[in-house]
Amino acid sequence: MPSRTAQPLLPPGPRYLSGNEAAAEGALAAGCRLYAGYPITPSSEIMERMAARLPEVKGAFLQMEDEIASISAVVGGSWSGSKSMTATSGPGLSLMQECLGYAAFTETPLVLIDVQRAGPCTGQATKVGGGDIMAVKYGSHGDYQVVAFSPWSVAEMFSLTVDAFNWSERLRVPAFLLAEEATGHLRERVDIPATVEIYERDYRPGEAPFGHPETDGVPSMPRFGQGENLMVTGSTHDDWGYRKTEDPVVQDRLVRRINQKVLSRTDELCRYEGYELDDAELVVVAYGFTARAALRAVRLARAQGVKAGLLRLITIWPFCSRPLAELAARGVSFLAPEMNLGQVAGLVRQAAQGRPVHELTQVNGRSIAPQAILQKIGEVL
Amino acid sequence: MARALEKYLRPQVKATPFCPGCGHGVLLGLILRAIEGLEQEGRLAWSEMLFVSGIGCAAWIPSPNFKADTLHTLHGRAVAFAVGAKAANPALKVMVVSGDGDLASIGGNHLIQAARRGNDLTVVCANNQIYGMTGGQVAPTTPVNLPTATTPGGNPYRPFDLCELVAAAGASYVARGSVTRPYDLIDYLGRGLTTPGFSFIEVLSPCPTQFGRRQRLDSAAAMFDHLRATCRHYVETEPEAELPAGGFLLGEFVHGR
Repeated sequence: MPSRTAQPLLPPGPRYLSGNEAAAEGALAAGCRLYAGYPITPSSEIMERMAARLPEVKGAFLQMEDEIASISAVVGGSWSGSKSMTATSGPGLSLMQECLGYAAFTETPLVLIDVQRAGPCTGQATKVGGGDIMAVKYGSHGDYQVVAFSPWSVAEMFSLTVDAFNWSERLRVPAFLLAEEATGHLRERVDIPATVEIYERDYRPGEAPFGHPETDGVPSMPRFGQGENLMVTGSTHDDWGYRKTEDPVVQDRLVRRINQKVLSRTDELCRYEGYELDDAELVVVAYGFTARAALRAVRLARAQGVKAGLLRLITIWPFCSRPLAELAARGVSFLAPEMNLGQVAGLVRQAAQGRPVHELTQVNGRSIAPQAILQKIGEVL
Repeated sequence: MARALEKYLRPQVKATPFCPGCGHGVLLGLILRAIEGLEQEGRLAWSEMLFVSGIGCAAWIPSPNFKADTLHTLHGRAVAFAVGAKAANPALKVMVVSGDGDLASIGGNHLIQAARRGNDLTVVCANNQIYGMTGGQVAPTTPVNLPTATTPGGNPYRPFDLCELVAAAGASYVARGSVTRPYDLIDYLGRGLTTPGFSFIEVLSPCPTQFGRRQRLDSAAAMFDHLRATCRHYVETEPEAELPAGGFLLGEFVHGR
């Protein structure tokens, strides 16, 4: 794996940043050198910081005419050899969906930071939401995979953006930072590390750029201008990029491989944290900003003698069923508090082997309070 | 001459994807001739070229035929992909080749915004005045009153003048040619490639299959004759002289700015 150690632009040590600012610094540390985007609340601070910072590293910043053009320019930039990204929120994410499928099918590395706001539609642009869980995975047509991480702190807005770039480059797959308005606009301490491990694009000259002998293999990633005479196309293509729009074998093999290359690495991608789980009878399954409130609620419940625990999901896609199945085998019950109508709760239920999965859904544009989770813990026990 | 251009073509690609009488094959050859001329003058190298195309018949001119880096994108988005590719590697010489529906309808905003920004691209719009690949539906370039698959009673709307549109948006080089005047087009393509900033070359390209047969011009020869009869070469002193209804002015309208 061609990884190396790199230095963030910021000097090491504590900083006081917003989540959106930290995400931009994480992207720069990961080696991002092209940003193309369109202003949208509540993500615009990422774009503004990239506009100021990219010239310092001779990177390219593009404010495009809309979100469709933004992600299109990101794909073009990625094939020209730059680690490339955009950031947006719900309505922009919807516009990007066709090209997200293009990136998945052409195996183009890119990072997309979705700072979620209250939807659907224009919704409440300045208020928090968490309703894009399914949209980032299933919003484009056809079968494909993405990688998505959910940060719960400003520190993770930095570190998980680095991880998103690394996985995107390593698997040649679109990777999301599935953030929320509350974390994007939160200001708190982040300790900038002296170095970060980053993954560089794996170009293996002479190898097929769109095929691999393994059914879950990741092809070599060349770029334009190297003399490879690349044929990049969103139509079904063979290992070398020739369009094969009527060949059932090529279609089947390609669709299965772009899914399998992610799914077969689920255990490695899967990141989560457990709190108070050893003797827990009720496990709160939370992610993102809600996990902060969930941890507080679990501590309060423990103070009352309630055997509650927290499983904090960091990786959202591919979905990590194993820790849930292991807990279910112990006979626990689950509670999933979410700023949507149960998008992750449904996934928990699939993994829960019939154990009860309670929901706490909130879609009022406010973050979920610890007391609300504590009260729900009391109700379901 | 024809064999001399084979160096620019992928040997694995044997058959043309275009219908009999389609002008796109002519345009394919003219692009290569223009680039060969610039290479001979030392003004451009084939190895610098990136060809970007959208969706539609014209998008298949570079992809997969040209033995170069080719980026076959989504419907309408070729210019936006090209802007990103050029920004990440300014050493690339980026040419967009696509059709009128792709560039001027679904991709219309990308086209005029890139012209306004002056992105350093050469955009070649093969205009056959109709949606060819999807079966002859009306396009924003279709002449008034022409029956199409989606305007069986005749097209009620005016077409865009693409050259005026892109010139008004601020393009650095704007020309319109026709595959019936190939030597002019080689000049326009060459000047578009060597003019810094946003260059736009509209190329009238006959589509006997979908456009021609709807007005009884259903052979290559009939369509070529029709194009020749309705086009006038642009003369600055008499810009509107003798232009038949539905006809086109050919020539260079913006030349460096």
